[in-house]
Amino acid sequence: MKFTTLVSATALAVASTAFVGAAQARDQVQVAGSSTVLPYASIVAEVFGENTDFPTPVVESGGSSAGLKRFCEGVGENTIDVANASRKIREKEIKACAENGVTDIMEVRIGYDGIVFASQKDGPAFTAFTPVQWHNALAPKVLVDGAIVDNPYTKWSEVDASLPDVEIAAFIPGTKHGTREVFEEKVLLVGCEESGAMKAMMDGGMSEDDAEDACLAVRTDGKSVDIDGDYTETLARIDSNPNGVGVFGLAFYENNTDKLKVATMSDIAPSTETISTGEYPVSRPLFFYVKKAHIGVIPGLKEYAQFFTADEIAGPQGPLAQYGLVSDPELAATQASIEAEETMK
Amino acid sequence: MTDATLSPDGAKAPEKTSAQPRSLYATDELTKKRNASEKRFQAYGIAAIGAGLFFLVVLAYSIISEGIPAFTRTVLTVEFTVTQEQFDDAESQLFKTRAYEVVFTEAMSTQFQQKNIQVPFDVAAIERIVGKPGSTIREFYRANPDQLGQPVAFELAASSRVDGYMNGRLTRDNITDSRFLQKSDLDLVDVLVESGIIQTVFNWPFITGADSGVDNPGGAGIGASVVGSFFMMLVVLFLSLPIGVAASIYLEEFAPQNKFTDLIEVNISNLAAVPSIVFGILGLAVFIQFMHLPQSAPIVGGLVLTLMTLPTIIISTRASLKAVPPSIRDAALGVGASKMQAVFHHVLPLAMPGILTGTIIGLAQALGETAPLLLIGMVGFVARGYPDGFVSGFMDPNSAMPAQIYTWAARSDFAFYEKAWGGIIVLLIFLLSMNILAIILRRRFERRW
Repeated sequence: MKFTTLVSATALAVASTAFVGAAQARDQVQVAGSSTVLPYASIVAEVFGENTDFPTPVVESGGSSAGLKRFCEGVGENTIDVANASRKIREKEIKACAENGVTDIMEVRIGYDGIVFASQKDGPAFTAFTPVQWHNALAPKVLVDGAIVDNPYTKWSEVDASLPDVEIAAFIPGTKHGTREVFEEKVLLVGCEESGAMKAMMDGGMSEDDAEDACLAVRTDGKSVDIDGDYTETLARIDSNPNGVGVFGLAFYENNTDKLKVATMSDIAPSTETISTGEYPVSRPLFFYVKKAHIGVIPGLKEYAQFFTADEIAGPQGPLAQYGLVSDPELAATQASIEAEETMK
Repeated sequence: MTDATLSPDGAKAPEKTSAQPRSLYATDELTKKRNASEKRFQAYGIAAIGAGLFFLVVLAYSIISEGIPAFTRTVLTVEFTVTQEQFDDAESQLFKTRAYEVVFTEAMSTQFQQKNIQVPFDVAAIERIVGKPGSTIREFYRANPDQLGQPVAFELAASSRVDGYMNGRLTRDNITDSRFLQKSDLDLVDVLVESGIIQTVFNWPFITGADSGVDNPGGAGIGASVVGSFFMMLVVLFLSLPIGVAASIYLEEFAPQNKFTDLIEVNISNLAAVPSIVFGILGLAVFIQFMHLPQSAPIVGGLVLTLMTLPTIIISTRASLKAVPPSIRDAALGVGASKMQAVFHHVLPLAMPGILTGTIIGLAQALGETAPLLLIGMVGFVARGYPDGFVSGFMDPNSAMPAQIYTWAARSDFAFYEKAWGGIIVLLIFLLSMNILAIILRRRFERRW
């Protein structure tokens, strides 16, 4: 019967493709991680493919934590070579890596990214924020008249008379994003300390760690919405809600100035200049991590890292800066460390 | 029934003394109520269809109006010369494509000056107007080194913002000066449009090209991911059709009815309802981590989608086998055919239209699936371009149409948003043609008895 022949032929074909697949070596660099680094990595990947004889690397998104988790799954062709991260790798992750045999990790800092607070271009006049205002608007418990109470504020104008008289609707990055961590540390925690809420909590008998955790919490009554997707999702929310204020990367904002207007933070307007001088308070370094064990096994891996950090690419005149990355003044040190294949201690 | 449909002389009101008239012609309260409720039901049905049609029109309109700009592109038709020295110099640098861009903008700058363009402009303005021409120029001269030193005509993509200005997405009013585009650049654009250098043409690179970096929307195309989807569908077709049909024939025609086969049947139905992302997790664990198949490869995508499509095919195949009248089997067995002969010579051919329809619908479903591909690395920046051959089509990293659309929709430059809608149009064209094929096949092979 022809049918049975077809079945067995297909089975054979499947078995043989599976076998071929196992035997075939991967020839492209495989990258995953932060959606903040993704645009830069995709620019570099395209240019790397165009300017060298190596195939174009594959860059996946998913968030810093998800990327580092996959990075730490082990060594071998079926694991990724590079993890993009918008924050430093954590001790816990280094440990998880080591348990799976990923011991030699090279850390590469590619530059800095600013986090900006933007709202609809024609919406209410959100033009200047301070960390204290954000803390008071978003924390579940705030300091009112010397006592820690459940957050009573529903409008920005109640938080601070200088802000517009509209409902609080904040769209902040979800917890799997590295951006969230920076937002918590540089805005919420700072605001918590400056408003005196942290001191009040510690006076009330909380340990410093507990008070810090309480400072990082955000209210859960719907005034603050976690966005787990990309900035485009935040933009869509802001588009449909004129009162919304969103947290964006500087590069994303600069690409969408026809729809968004940005607010200053502590009276400093975000720009590549104010971020590179450190004046603008909410910025963070961007990284990628390279599995040293894959150098020499996956063709083009070291070349990719070198290409990424070359002056022509990541320098102030390169395409990354053109897109919105604040270039790292210590790029030369990074280049030297890749050249020497220095790993983290 | 209403009075009009009955002849009036057909009946007489029965002579009864009860209070209620019993005539069929006189509509009593109850009949009125029943008729009214039927009318209402019909109105609900029409309203439901109307609502469906309304949403379909809105959807089709928004897709087409948002997606059409993706099919045109703005190009600069220019002629310029690259000398052997410039070529050697560019090739010796690390960032070669950029070196060509510098040569190009300088050449343009001198050309525009010679053409006596009355608008003030500088080299930076030209860079903002032109997209990323470096790789096009480099590819050309690497393939045709004999053209060095002679003037060559190029058709180069304009930057995404100039493209937006040409198709009406951006106007002079909503442009804010940025390093991507300044208001004053538009004066130069207008002059270039007048002199015929800037034109709007059909966007072939969108149909044939591969994905591009986030700063180069003009170079992005869906072609490579169409090829990726094609190889995935090949895997799905050649695995799920034989496996699905064999499983259903056995279950329907040969398997004994017992607890075990009941369990299998229930599980197949359950499997059809499993969310597709679950198959993605399974694919990552089994095909990539255990079987060591390559990441981001259409073969893995195909295998995962096969798992997802199998229940659909099995269920539809079993339904169409069941629909073949038992008299056909009995007749075949009666003239001495074995059970297998009866199935393969008589039942299966008659069930074929149903099986094919089920398979094509299953394939169409798999074609539009993104979630399982997220976990096996086919969603992201996969811009390797076209595969080198048949094996490489299965094994080399590639994206798929829905994954490509998803990736574009998440990018910050609005031009990619247009591309996403354009990609949806291409995907819908494929889905529609598959469904039409299913209808044609069914019409062609359909038998009535």
